[in-house]
Amino acid sequence: MSVGQDSFRVAIPSQLRSYTKVPAVTVTVVATPPRLADVFAALEASYPGIRFRVIDETGRVRPHMQVFVGGRVQRDPAAILVPGDEVMIVGALSGG
Amino acid sequence: MASRSSPIRAAAPSRVRVLISTRKGLWTLVGDGTRRTWKLSSPTFLGHVVHHAVVDPRDGKTWLAAARTGHLGPTIFRSQDSGRTWKEAASPPAFTADSGRVVDHTFWLTPGHASQPGVWYAGTSPQGLFRTEDGGVTWHGIAGFNAHPDRKAWCGGDQDGTPDGPKLHSIIVDPRDPAHMYLSMSGGGTFESHDAGSDWHPLNEGVRADFYPDPYPVYGQDPHCVRMASNNPDRLYMQNHCGIYRLDRPGTRWTRIGDNMPKSVGDIGLPMVAHPHDPDTAWVFPMDGTDVWPRTSPGGKPAAYRTRDGGKSWKRQSEGMPRTQGWWTVKRQAMAADGFATAGVYFGTTSGEVWATRDEGRTWKRLAQHLPEIYAIETA
Repeated sequence: MSVGQDSFRVAIPSQLRSYTKVPAVTVTVVATPPRLADVFAALEASYPGIRFRVIDETGRVRPHMQVFVGGRVQRDPAAILVPGDEVMIVGALSGG
Repeated sequence: MASRSSPIRAAAPSRVRVLISTRKGLWTLVGDGTRRTWKLSSPTFLGHVVHHAVVDPRDGKTWLAAARTGHLGPTIFRSQDSGRTWKEAASPPAFTADSGRVVDHTFWLTPGHASQPGVWYAGTSPQGLFRTEDGGVTWHGIAGFNAHPDRKAWCGGDQDGTPDGPKLHSIIVDPRDPAHMYLSMSGGGTFESHDAGSDWHPLNEGVRADFYPDPYPVYGQDPHCVRMASNNPDRLYMQNHCGIYRLDRPGTRWTRIGDNMPKSVGDIGLPMVAHPHDPDTAWVFPMDGTDVWPRTSPGGKPAAYRTRDGGKSWKRQSEGMPRTQGWWTVKRQAMAADGFATAGVYFGTTSGEVWATRDEGRTWKRLAQHLPEIYAIETA
């Protein structure tokens, strides 16, 4: 899938597909440089409510959620993304 | 003796709904007017941790459900068609970003005063108090509690409290005055406000806290569930970590009515249920609070206990329940009465069974089994 310079593909876990209906979406970020927090803001704009399920009110990724950027764990909302980075949101191994 | 107003004898409802909030979703039992025939619904929010689901008594069709999942953060779902369709809150309860606090889950929902349609209150874990004025779409923290200069001292650390987090619960709005409210916390104690939550003061005189060096502190107690008596808003009943209590306002000193329970059973438990019409009648469901606190039915012999005289005496009610090997736990929100003149009482166990009486506790019958761990029971 081809994405633009300020567009990022976001893989959505099953736990969040009630919001997106699909396993991956592409969001556009206008901020420069684009940061992980901007990706979540763009997700929230398209799918209201989704951000708070993953990011708490202090801006931290929730304990049982994991976020990968470009294949690496990234839990810092201020992290800068580079073109082509794919963001993957994952429900971490937990539960019972 | 409580001053008793004229009891309301409501016309027999044509049906009763029992909302069953569980660790894995929400179910509903619907019974006909005889309360003999019941139908269990399919699950809603299957896999979601539903801490509390409540029907708005002001319109009878708005339901709110406080939910989260094992992975996802907490939210509130709202139905305006009696549970057929649901929509998520636009801004669920959340602390302010600069507070450094994070809502783990919304634990308790209370509809607001009859004169304030659309107002609801929510209590969270860790302890926070929230309000909505638009029926649950947008929620705001009540700064008079969340930012109260003594809040931290009242609550202790966010990791103190019950095994799955400290909780704010038992939010009660005085039917005579929407500005007069009570709330309780595990841990923290019971508090009162006369100004719609702008300020709060402790209301714990006479309530033990065995787990502190001073067993009668000003605050810090562990009320498990507090209910206002029907037809007497000056009376409160409390099931506490350290016993069963009653408070008659304007008094400020609680009386340990659990001292009148059989010593072999004790007065430890989680839920507290007030009769829908008689202020002198209430139910508890005792748990074993000895040695390591099993919190199961004492001796494996489950029973409710009912008082009809404000706690001066208690009667064991177990007809229909297992006589032995019934190691039940009934959580603090998991027992409720319906509004029938002859009250029905319902409780859910952590082992996923729903039990009910339609004769005020004389006989009990199992209505459902094999459900997930039951967190809360509400009726409508």
